[in-house]
Amino acid sequence: MTANPVQNINKKAHETKQATGSQALLEALIHEGVKTIFGYPGGAIMPVYDALYDYGDRLEHILVRHEQGAIHAAQGFARVSGKTGVVFATSGPGATNLVTGLADAMIDSTPLVCITGQVFAHLLGTDAFQETDVINIVTPVTKWAYQVTNAEEIPHVLAKAFYIASTGRPGPVVIDITKNAQLQLFDYQGYEKCLHIRSYKPKPEVRYVYIEEAAKVINEAKKPFVIYGQGVILGNAEQEFRDFIEKGNFPSAWTILGMGAVPTDHKLSVGMLGMHGNYGPNLLTNECDVLIAVGMRFDDRVTGRLDKYAKQAKIIHLDIDPAEIDKNVKSTVAVRGDCKETLPLLTVLVQKNENQAWLQQFRDCTIKETEKVIFPEQNPENETLTMAEVIKYINEITEGEAIIVTDVGQHQMVACRYVKMNQTRSNVTSGGLGTMGFALPAAIGAKYGAPDRQVIAIIGDGGFQMTLQELGTIMQANVNVKIIILNNQFLGMVRQWQELFHQNRYSFVDITSPNYVKLAEAYNIEAKKVDQRSELKSTLIEMLAHDNPFLLEVMVGKENNVFPMVPQGRGVSEIILSKEEL
Amino acid sequence: MKQEYTITVYTENQIGLINKIAIIFTRRKINIESLNTSPSEVEGIHRFTIVINETEDVVRKLSRQIEKLLDVLKVDYNTDDEIIWQEMALYKVAADVITEKVKVERLLREQGARAVVIRKDYVIFECTGQREEINNLIKILEPYGLLEFVRSARIAIIKKSDGFHNKVKEFEYKVPSEALVENEFLDQNEGIFSM
Repeated sequence: MTANPVQNINKKAHETKQATGSQALLEALIHEGVKTIFGYPGGAIMPVYDALYDYGDRLEHILVRHEQGAIHAAQGFARVSGKTGVVFATSGPGATNLVTGLADAMIDSTPLVCITGQVFAHLLGTDAFQETDVINIVTPVTKWAYQVTNAEEIPHVLAKAFYIASTGRPGPVVIDITKNAQLQLFDYQGYEKCLHIRSYKPKPEVRYVYIEEAAKVINEAKKPFVIYGQGVILGNAEQEFRDFIEKGNFPSAWTILGMGAVPTDHKLSVGMLGMHGNYGPNLLTNECDVLIAVGMRFDDRVTGRLDKYAKQAKIIHLDIDPAEIDKNVKSTVAVRGDCKETLPLLTVLVQKNENQAWLQQFRDCTIKETEKVIFPEQNPENETLTMAEVIKYINEITEGEAIIVTDVGQHQMVACRYVKMNQTRSNVTSGGLGTMGFALPAAIGAKYGAPDRQVIAIIGDGGFQMTLQELGTIMQANVNVKIIILNNQFLGMVRQWQELFHQNRYSFVDITSPNYVKLAEAYNIEAKKVDQRSELKSTLIEMLAHDNPFLLEVMVGKENNVFPMVPQGRGVSEIILSKEEL
Repeated sequence: MKQEYTITVYTENQIGLINKIAIIFTRRKINIESLNTSPSEVEGIHRFTIVINETEDVVRKLSRQIEKLLDVLKVDYNTDDEIIWQEMALYKVAADVITEKVKVERLLREQGARAVVIRKDYVIFECTGQREEINNLIKILEPYGLLEFVRSARIAIIKKSDGFHNKVKEFEYKVPSEALVENEFLDQNEGIFSM
């Protein structure tokens, strides 16, 4: 964030006027460039909604059907736009309904400012109606949480909230405002953006000596391998990253949240890491001699068993968050800092390289994976539809230009394995927390964050039923999202594990569905159901050309499994391509 | 290897901060042996002194996560030989026993204890020192009927530290502190690059 001292003197200090806390709050949002709020009113936030009534020309409010929907929508908005998502909810249950989304945004580093109403300050601690100790409930799942009891605090607390949420490693912030503070009249001095907090360091100072050490290690490498995460996207460092890998010709693999930072069909893109990632990146993690990790945090789904993870390699770790360094994987050289600053410095020092034989090893792995998994999944011989062929047709129709929002489970893994992405900020999924029910509301927010782009939500039959009430939001606001339900009539990922690791004991994974077409029709949303291959592509074309929201249910194989797989407790190089290898 | 570490945390004076810090420990199921909060040498900045039994690796990770908290300015962790530390204890003993046995008074003096309150019915002694000294006094007083005992949290001064006055200026100067970006790699520079 750059500071422009001249711009910041729009304080209107001379024209002090009386304002309520609620008005000061809405003024703060406008000064921060907020246009869209996702929310749900209630008793303890009514003064804010009353003020909002007069701000309709400047602030758009999307009424959701559940506060969880509001926060996931704000996450979707933030992920595709890079801006801070804003949520309003009332006290008590309104606030507690946000908790899942806060945890999700915290672990996936998504910038949010959530405003919760709170009971009058004199009632705090008395078990008043709809009172709950929000700050203590949300503290572990927020970057910052603060309670306001006096309206005079509102301008600078909001300024702090936006500064904290959006800078450094982003994250969610909760500001809990008591009703008296919302109503209170005070001398409004104007709004001043926050640019510095002495106890908060958004990013470490870059120390050139580590850049040099890192370059030295990289330049000695015979088999360098780059793995990157969402840090590249959050740092707006896509171009810097691309320059870096292109100069050294480094094979590069993404974590699920890093996907799309460089186009998936870039010549150096070798696929996705992780439990259901691609074969080559997992296998060759244990063969590279230098592993260069950029803006990623070595999640256990990426590393598999830690004592069998890249033990032969020297590790270069670039991260903005000092607490991530050496947390899971010990680094040989740690480069702390914003990768937008560190990558160009490193690019200058790394030598040009061909790495042809090494890149060929990745291509060989892709050939093997294509032969054993990808081709048969995308071109099945029997009549049963597969998730992979649905994604194949989406790729053909959208040519990699759509925003893909996924939920959690088999469909998520299949979508992220096969979907093509040309642009950054195209992949919206619940990575760290694995929140079923995320996709439908997140897709709504994504459409508001990128109104000119096609937004496709791909959801399983289980996850869809967790937040399907948001069809109401889509209906009311006519949000042009395309919803694909990949229905395998099971909680597929749990079923897969029960098949592979629990001797086929299918314990409560058999889930029935309502008639989704009728359901969508009840919400006045166009819908179709497909179970024949002959209709699949044409229906997808019809859906994506449709001007309004559209729901498509695709019946897919009931007991298909997602492969390759790094079984839990195994090393990444023990990745298997089929059940038989287990 | 697990051993005793004293973690020193400099913070802003904010409501709820103790909870945020405690959560870092409880999340990993780590027991806090001792916790003290007090003002520091710099006005408006608080100082937490936390004692835990853990491996250095865990203590380092915990320290970084605490330092990441908003409102936390700086975290240090030290082994016992890197700090000067003290605890204080109070002992309540029935007066009749103590007054009868003169040798108790001598013993107490030897231990550096002093009487804080002397009443007809009881006497309260105070002892400041390290764990051993405080525990010794318990042993001495127990035979005479120790009515009540309480020990304070540890307070500690880091031998090598020159205080927070200059540090706080750095923080206010908008530039991150050097100490925050230190890298163990440089400390053990030799050998790392030998292929």
